[in-house]
Amino acid sequence: MSSPLHELGVAALSRALADKQVSSAEVTQHLLARVADHQQLGAFVHVDADAALAAAQAADARRAAGDASALTGVPIAHKDIFVTAGAPTTAGSKMLKGYQSPFDATVVARLSQAGMVSLGKLNCDEFAMGSANENSAWGPALNPWDRARVPGGSSGGSATAVAARLLPAATGTDTGGSIRQPASFTGITGIKPTYGRCSRYGMIAFASSLDQAGPMARSAEDCALLLSAMSGFDERDATSAERPAEDFHRQMLEQRAGATAAKPLQGLRIGLPKEFFPDALAADVNGAVRGALAELEKLGATLVEVSLPRTELSIPVYYIIAPAEASSNLQRYDGVRYGHRAEQYGDLIDMYKKTRAQGFGAEVKRRIMIGTYVLSHGYYDAYYLQAQKLRRMIADDFQRCFQDCDLIAGPVAPSVAWQLGAKSDDPVAAYLADIFTLPASLAGLPGMSIPAGFGEARMPVGLQLIGNYFAEGQLLHTAHAFQQATDHHLRAPAGF
Amino acid sequence: MALSPTDVSRIAHLARLELQPEEQAAMLQQLNGFFSIVEQMRAVDTSGVEPLYTPLSALSEVQLRLREDRVTEQDQRALNQRSAPAVEDGLFLVPQVIE
Amino acid sequence: MSTPQLIRGYEVVIGLETHAQLSTASKIFSGASTAFGAAPNTQASPVDLALPGTLPVPNRGAVERAIRFGLAVGAKVARQSIFARKNYFYPDLPKGYQISQYEIPVVQGGVIEFLVGEQKKRVNLTRAHLEEDAGKSLHEDYHGLTGIDLNRAGTPLLEIVSEPEMRSSAEAVGYARALHALVVWLGICDGNMQEGSFRCDANVSVRKPGAPFGTRREIKNLNSFRFLQQAIDYEVQWQIEQIEDGLSIEQATVLFDPDSGETRAMRSKEDAHDYRYFPDPDLPPLVIAPEWVERVKAEMPELPAAMAERFQAQDGLPAYDAGMVTQSLAFAAYYEAARDACRQPKLVANWLMGEFSKRLNAEGRGIEEAPVAPATLGALITRISDGTISNNGARQVFDALWSGEGSDVDALIEAKGLKQMSDTGALEAIVEQVLAANEKSVAEFRAGKDKAFNALVGQVMKASKGKANPALAGELLKKRLQG
Repeated sequence: MSSPLHELGVAALSRALADKQVSSAEVTQHLLARVADHQQLGAFVHVDADAALAAAQAADARRAAGDASALTGVPIAHKDIFVTAGAPTTAGSKMLKGYQSPFDATVVARLSQAGMVSLGKLNCDEFAMGSANENSAWGPALNPWDRARVPGGSSGGSATAVAARLLPAATGTDTGGSIRQPASFTGITGIKPTYGRCSRYGMIAFASSLDQAGPMARSAEDCALLLSAMSGFDERDATSAERPAEDFHRQMLEQRAGATAAKPLQGLRIGLPKEFFPDALAADVNGAVRGALAELEKLGATLVEVSLPRTELSIPVYYIIAPAEASSNLQRYDGVRYGHRAEQYGDLIDMYKKTRAQGFGAEVKRRIMIGTYVLSHGYYDAYYLQAQKLRRMIADDFQRCFQDCDLIAGPVAPSVAWQLGAKSDDPVAAYLADIFTLPASLAGLPGMSIPAGFGEARMPVGLQLIGNYFAEGQLLHTAHAFQQATDHHLRAPAGF
Repeated sequence: MALSPTDVSRIAHLARLELQPEEQAAMLQQLNGFFSIVEQMRAVDTSGVEPLYTPLSALSEVQLRLREDRVTEQDQRALNQRSAPAVEDGLFLVPQVIE
Repeated sequence: MSTPQLIRGYEVVIGLETHAQLSTASKIFSGASTAFGAAPNTQASPVDLALPGTLPVPNRGAVERAIRFGLAVGAKVARQSIFARKNYFYPDLPKGYQISQYEIPVVQGGVIEFLVGEQKKRVNLTRAHLEEDAGKSLHEDYHGLTGIDLNRAGTPLLEIVSEPEMRSSAEAVGYARALHALVVWLGICDGNMQEGSFRCDANVSVRKPGAPFGTRREIKNLNSFRFLQQAIDYEVQWQIEQIEDGLSIEQATVLFDPDSGETRAMRSKEDAHDYRYFPDPDLPPLVIAPEWVERVKAEMPELPAAMAERFQAQDGLPAYDAGMVTQSLAFAAYYEAARDACRQPKLVANWLMGEFSKRLNAEGRGIEEAPVAPATLGALITRISDGTISNNGARQVFDALWSGEGSDVDALIEAKGLKQMSDTGALEAIVEQVLAANEKSVAEFRAGKDKAFNALVGQVMKASKGKANPALAGELLKKRLQG
């Protein structure tokens, strides 16, 4: 092998494995060693070397037997929000310390059926609530570009592991930006698919009408390969979209009508919501994003201004709906059937209260309180119902935009990754930073983050691409064309 | 419209969360901080707008998919109770429930 | 509306909420079995246990049963209804919320009709909605702890809510019995009240006639008609006492204690009033296409009311009899088979409502287990109507049939020598003897005393050891005396 194994992405590894240049066992060994060397990054919450090596050998045998998929033998690890029968699942919470699921999440099962080798579980904000990975009961994950900074969240461990070249790819989940924002903060590529595209079965619920699983990797091509294997109808999830499986890799490579080698995006109309470029947008982010947009223009795309007038409203709308659903989804953590139970308590109600007070962290408690309040008697219409109506208006705004453009572009976050602790005692400030990822989440639209360049202190900046429902193929095609012409996504943090 | 300490303890009780006095105070201040950014949302006129409870119904009518009535689950009690805090004779044990 | 009976000057107002367990093989949101009586938690799947990451997927069979009910009570079957979460903490409620229907139920409106004594009563239904059952708390002492069995969690329920239109415990029981008969008739519920397949909550209040509704108290989980009656009667007296003592009624959920015969307020669920209902984001709207409703309609059995009308029109049964023989599908089927065997509808109804039901009730068995087959009862009735045996004789034959002494009616009549004497010759001889031996009576008869004639008939019966066909005997006597 010319370049070190950890530098290979999913597609490159897939080719190397197919060409017998390397075995899955070798790659797995190599990455396990790296994971051990970089424990202080806090990317992993559980590593199972033996299981990983066994899976790698099985994958090599499968390749030898000639029934390998493109992903067979490629290492991965899963956000600790996905339940796994083999390894403990905690959702980053003391509430689920050591919890053993009797089954694998559908997404996990599909990737292992494809032959992927799981190294373990990745750190995340408690119950996926957070945008800095500082709400994990197991400590923060660090941003490999600057360890004094956060990797973003809630899929922070996934982002850190992929950016630090500990893994070619990881699974993440995105409720209000939890794939896109950490991808942006760590200079990797991530896609949140259309709501319903990936099964939620086995994904520990935060906000059921918003949660979506997606891949995080180093390129659009890698994401395309992973998404093809992860997605698809699942009868165990009543919100799963009944659509045939799709080959996103093929769609990614398909040529646009009228496209040329020099102008692969000829005829593509990219909408820029003016609300995504407010004065408050950090200059470095604005610069990097504008640069990326200019590059897209060079590739043949035309930029049109559009408007998402309720972009700012999406913050209160999201922070009403998500906590409301979460407050109900988290009522099952009562210390009766599994999970933490307080040592000392009086009666049943006291057991509930102490168990939940001890098991949940501060941010989770805050959101449970918000959600319980807005659903409580006399407040439902003013808050929850009003938010769901505004959600419809926000979704309609997008459809209006898509009459003038094929996809929408803008920043993922208003700034680059911030310093650890910078926002941890001001929850509302952290909520405000989600402004650009929340609208697509509320509408259920697919969204991507791809490396757009670098900003302040050489920190990565992500470009967000938002497509119409089930237009992941088009998103990946556009992102791939961009990455063929740029090298931001190939940059690794110093020392990795 | 600001929350009162009574609201906080009422909600904490509904949510079965024990809050220490200092937590109560911090929570009150944080919740009021949060609800201040919510006010703008309450002002919007949404009369005649259908709530969007599940995102795909923005695309087309979503119909609940139904299962056929078949028994597909086998007994796996031991596996299901692996992480149970207190079990006896296959029952989950809890403090005396008074009806 | 019947004029309300008052109790101590108060009008009683009762509404019922009935939980009927739907007779599906699997649970409403999981593929676990609903069979009764399995070892604790062996029928609680990961979904039923609310293990992290699990999601509900609804059971078509449960929805179809709700549609069948809606059609049977003439309700609107909603084209679109919504599953909502009812949030509260309780150890037998694994998710911390119950999936139910709140603002938009699947069945809207409808009517239940039944007889209270001879009087017809109509009770309107508010709604019927689908929801999941909870598990069970076992209070027998686990060293001061309670054991939780979640086998029942997720069993499909149809909660049927009536308008507060019942005015006595008798009407409440009449309604509950009619509803019970209907869901069993429709085959959507096994109706087993001991196993909790059919449970009633009674909302009870009292008021002075014409006054607005009083504050109601809800009596929970009444799983027998007797308890329903007792609980309401006690509750009504209790509420009247309170008011008479100048105390006010607090809205409350109460339990009925069959041993003491009293109701008492529940101590748990003290903040159960804030359920924080909202549409379940795991379950998009339940859409029922008109074609589906049509298909279910086509498969519906003839309903008890329609069948009762048919028996009145076609068999000439009185309304009361028609109601009795349509008390259950099995009972009606038995009636029709026996009627076809003898073509004597009224006699069949009489036997079923009399001797037959008396024995079934005495032995606590259902008509399915009756030891006498419909054709056999028909044959017996034929022998009564053709004069072969007397009603007394028939009762003896029926005894023998029931006890299994025999199964062939004619053979039993022979064996027991119950055949009536209808042979004119032999009877004439007896008549001659009787007339000769009773000149006094003959004289009195001729003097115009009709009583004397009956005495003579009696003598003929006596002389024939009860075997004479009374009608024939009378005829012959008249002929002789007038001759």
